[in-house]
This record gives sequence, structure tokens and C-alpha cells, in this order.
Amino acid sequence: MRHDFYLAWQYLRHYRWRSLTLLVCVSLIGILPLLLNEVLTQGERLMLQRAKTTPWLIGARGSTADTTLAALYFRDTAPPVAYGEINRVEQSGWATALPIHARYRIHQIPLLGITADYFDFRHLVPALGDLPGFIGDCVLGARAARRLGLGVGDKLVSTPDNFFDLAGLVPLKLHITGVLAATDTVDDEAVYVDLKTVWIMEGLGHGHDSATTRAAPTGSAFTTPETDPASAGAADAVEITPDNLDAFHFHGDMERYPVTAIIVAPHDDRAATLLGGRYVDENLPVRLIQPVEVIRHLMHNIFRISTLFNLVLAGASGAALLALMLVFALSLQLRQGELDTIELLGCDHLTVVRLVMAEILLILLLAAGLGSIFLAYIRHESGILAPVLLDAL
Amino acid sequence: MVEVKQLIFQYPDSTYQLGIDYFCIKPGEKLALIGASGSGKTTLLKLIAGILSPEAGMVTVAGTSPESLDAAERRNFRISRIGFIFQELQLLDYLTVLDNILHPYRINRSLQLDRAVRGRAMELARQTGLADKLGQKPGRLSQGEKQRVAVCRALLPMPRLVIADEATSHLDPASKLRILDLLFLAVERFSASLLVVTHDHELLPYFDRVVDLSELTSRHET
Repeated sequence: MRHDFYLAWQYLRHYRWRSLTLLVCVSLIGILPLLLNEVLTQGERLMLQRAKTTPWLIGARGSTADTTLAALYFRDTAPPVAYGEINRVEQSGWATALPIHARYRIHQIPLLGITADYFDFRHLVPALGDLPGFIGDCVLGARAARRLGLGVGDKLVSTPDNFFDLAGLVPLKLHITGVLAATDTVDDEAVYVDLKTVWIMEGLGHGHDSATTRAAPTGSAFTTPETDPASAGAADAVEITPDNLDAFHFHGDMERYPVTAIIVAPHDDRAATLLGGRYVDENLPVRLIQPVEVIRHLMHNIFRISTLFNLVLAGASGAALLALMLVFALSLQLRQGELDTIELLGCDHLTVVRLVMAEILLILLLAAGLGSIFLAYIRHESGILAPVLLDAL
Repeated sequence: MVEVKQLIFQYPDSTYQLGIDYFCIKPGEKLALIGASGSGKTTLLKLIAGILSPEAGMVTVAGTSPESLDAAERRNFRISRIGFIFQELQLLDYLTVLDNILHPYRINRSLQLDRAVRGRAMELARQTGLADKLGQKPGRLSQGEKQRVAVCRALLPMPRLVIADEATSHLDPASKLRILDLLFLAVERFSASLLVVTHDHELLPYFDRVVDLSELTSRHET
């Protein structure tokens, strides 16, 4: 047997590209169903894990899935809720409320408007630099920093996603004050700014050229927003600096300013029950969402679809396997001269069969090895699975 | 060493029949077999080697008739007693020169591949000027080098009979003599007999005996 495998290995090595193609084909046939299962299982685990750390969400009436995916994965657009809803929760004293504004993207990376509490809530700490201290500052998730190729002290210019969207982002030069430590979650792939910064980019706030008309200083970006009754005639600022920071102000009732959702963390079960009771009324413009339930429902649907997909995959794999058998058969026909030579040299039929079987076995073993490495990689890099699943949604 | 009596053979799809009343090769004899193309020289070699079976008559090699052996015994007999150098050389593209020489030992369990065999293979390669080509594949060798590899492969099991079908064709004169020297040296060392089919009349004086197949055969159309 040793010689059979040696000769088979030499054959596969000599015709390496042919062998590699065969290897990848066999590997794919074997791995695809396993990969699908792995993606779904790991993806479900990771998505539920994140959902469980987000007890409740307050979102506008409409699709609970849209609001959940927007608030947890910054993936989708959801109808906005008024920022003032946060006061309703906090005044009750039953829960902590964290607004999240996830409507925009900056260079294809989610731009999140949040308050400083969000970093504590998600256990996000800077690996380099500091968290944003003022409006116009931003901090990058670890993967976002890699993708953008930017670091502390650099500037990031926000550009409208769509030039025809006149209500889109106002171009703003953001100061990068820090890069967050990697968490292997979607939090790594986002740009974080203060909520007020997003509102300025959204056109709800602006600065003045004249220092005499500047609004009162707002100080830290992460203070409770206040309504600014400043007058009109302002021009959008390109860059917010210590010199013009005071000139920035907001118009209208800030309580009505939009956020994508509000993360709600009740202090205890009783508080949760009481708070839940407040949102039972279906006439309210907002609703309380349990992300765990939404994600479970989504995954249930995905698993149902995956059953169908598995059937299709089984059919396709069967067809591919038949094609591979045909390739093997044709290959043997092409090698008839070589096999005749081996027989002429004194090899029996059985040995010829053993040689061919050794080749097939080697390909299967190598394909299994390749598949295992790929699966192991997928398991190791499981953080990428949730986004993959979300993209598929 | 080899005795052929009253031999009759015919390929299934052919109307021609090869018939030989008597033919022999003595132990240690170096014999050249000549004849016109298509006269049945290669067929006779294959009959002697046991690759083909006669319809009638008898072939014995070293006192054994391949016909009396079953398929496995005949293969073992051929691989251990007869070194066959094919006209088409039959080297395997995916094996190195060394592996091609050792190939019979990898495909037949009656031969044991050990250190001594490897040493002998390398010595044969050295004698044929292939010492620096052992790691190369046949695709990178000249025709003459390929022929030398085929010769080494045939000689490695130290056969009692060496059969060479046009073993020196496509070679330059110097290489022809080198191969012939190697074959002569090998048969003398192993006390083997040598049967060479050749069209090269310049080489004939080097042989103990030259046989023209047309003088042996009663070849006719059926």
C-alpha cells in the first residue's frame, strides 16, 4: 500500500493544477452543507448573544426586524423615533435609556450617533487615544480603522451617500480622537460620533460665521441636549474647531429630533414589567421591542429557508459528484496507455485498481483536510458570521 | 536459455500468422534479431516474455514455460527473470528518473525495494551517464537519455534474459555503443542472455549471433 500511495502522490503532484481543481471541487461538495450549517448555528449563537445583551428597544411602529437590525447591527433603515422618548423612560426611573442614531454611512461604514453611555453599555474602550469629547470628534471601531487606514489625529470627511439626496449628510470634517479595542463584533466596524454631531450633519444644527452671533458654548458633546432658539442665517460648518465650537447650535424642539432606536435596560424585573405596561397601548407611535424574540423569529425563518436550500444543495452536490465520477472515468480512459505500460511491466489488474483507488483516496483525504481547515477558520473567525447572515437577510 | 518450438500465433484481428519451427538462445548468448518491419519481431519478443500466449507450440525460458504458469506467476516470472526494453520505452511522465528505474519494484510484490536495490539503481544510472538526472522527469530528458532510463529499469531486477526491442534506435553512434556496452556488461555480470531486435546493421558485428526472422518463420496469410 505504501508504494501505491507514493505513486498516487507523485501523479497528483505532477499534474498539480488538475489535482488542485479536483481537490477544491470535492472539498466544496463536501463542505458547503457543513458550512451552511455552521454559518447558521454560529450565526444564531452570535446574534442571540448580542440580542441578549440588549434587553429592550424602543422603536417606531413598523417592522420590528428593521428596528432591531438597525439598532444592533447598524444594517437597515428603520423609521425614526423622537429623541424625547428617552426622557419618558428615564423619568420613570425604571430603566436606563441609550439613544442610537444609525441612519447614515460614512465611506460605506456605519456612522453611529450615540451618547457616552453607549461605550460603557457595550464595553467599548479605546485601544488608542480617547473617546470623543466634543462635537465634531469621532472614534473608530478597530476594523473600521483598518479599513479606512486612519488613526488618532487623522481627519475623516463625511460625504453624502447619494449626491441626489439633498437631505443627506452635510459634509463635515471629523477629528479622530481614538480607535476602539477590537471586540470581534459589529461594534468593530463603525464610526462613533456624538448624537449632536449627527444632527449637525443631518442639518438640524449649524454654526455661524460671526462670533457675535454664536450660541452659548455647549462644552462636552455628551451633555444632555438642550433646545437652542438661535436665529436663522447660519452657514454649515466644514470643520468644528475649538474656535468655532461655540457658534454651533440647534433649532427647534430637540425632543423631536430623530434617533433610530432607544436601547432600554430595565433596572430589575419589576421595573421591566412596569415599563412594559406603558407600551402596551397600540395607539402609541412607538413600541417596545424584545430583540431576542425578533432574532429568534428571524432565525426560525432562516432555518426554514435553509432546509429548502439544503435540499437544493444536496441535488447540486449529487450532480457535481456524478460529474466528478465522469471526470475520473474520462481521466482513466486518457491514462489507458500509462495503465497498459504498468501492466506490461508486470503489474496485475488489482494493483492498477489499487493505484487508482489510492489517488481517489488521497484526493478525498486532502479535500477533507482542506475542508476542515476552512471550517476551523470559519469557527475561529466566527465574528464575521453574523454580518454574513445579515447580508443574506 | 530460450527455446521456441513449433510456434504458431495470430492476432485476433489479423489474417497473418506467425509460425516458427525452432528458435533458441543459449545461456549467456548475445543474439541480434533482424527482419523487415512487420515481420513479427516484436510479436516474437512478447511471446518469449509471456506477454502474449501462442496458439500452438511451446516457449520455454530458463526451463520454464510461461504458458504453464497462471497469470500472477507469469507476471512474477516475467518481472524477475526477463528484463524488457520496450520500443516505445514506456516511461511514466510523472515519475523521476530514479522512480522510473525503481518502478517495477513498486508495482509488483514479488520484488522487494530495499537499500541494496536503490544502490544498484543509482549505480546503473551512474554507468549510463544518468547520475545527475535522477531527480528529473522524462519530459526534460533527451530521447537518448530516456532510452538509457528504460535500459536501467530493465536491468535492475538482474534478469536472466534481457530483451530489447529497438533499444538503440534514435541514439547517436556513441550512445548506441554505450548502451550496447552496458547491455553486454550486464548480461555478462548476471550470466544472462541478450536478445536484441535491431535495424542497425552497424551493430551486428558486436553480437555472438544474428538471426533473420524471415529465415525462421513460415509466416503466411490465413
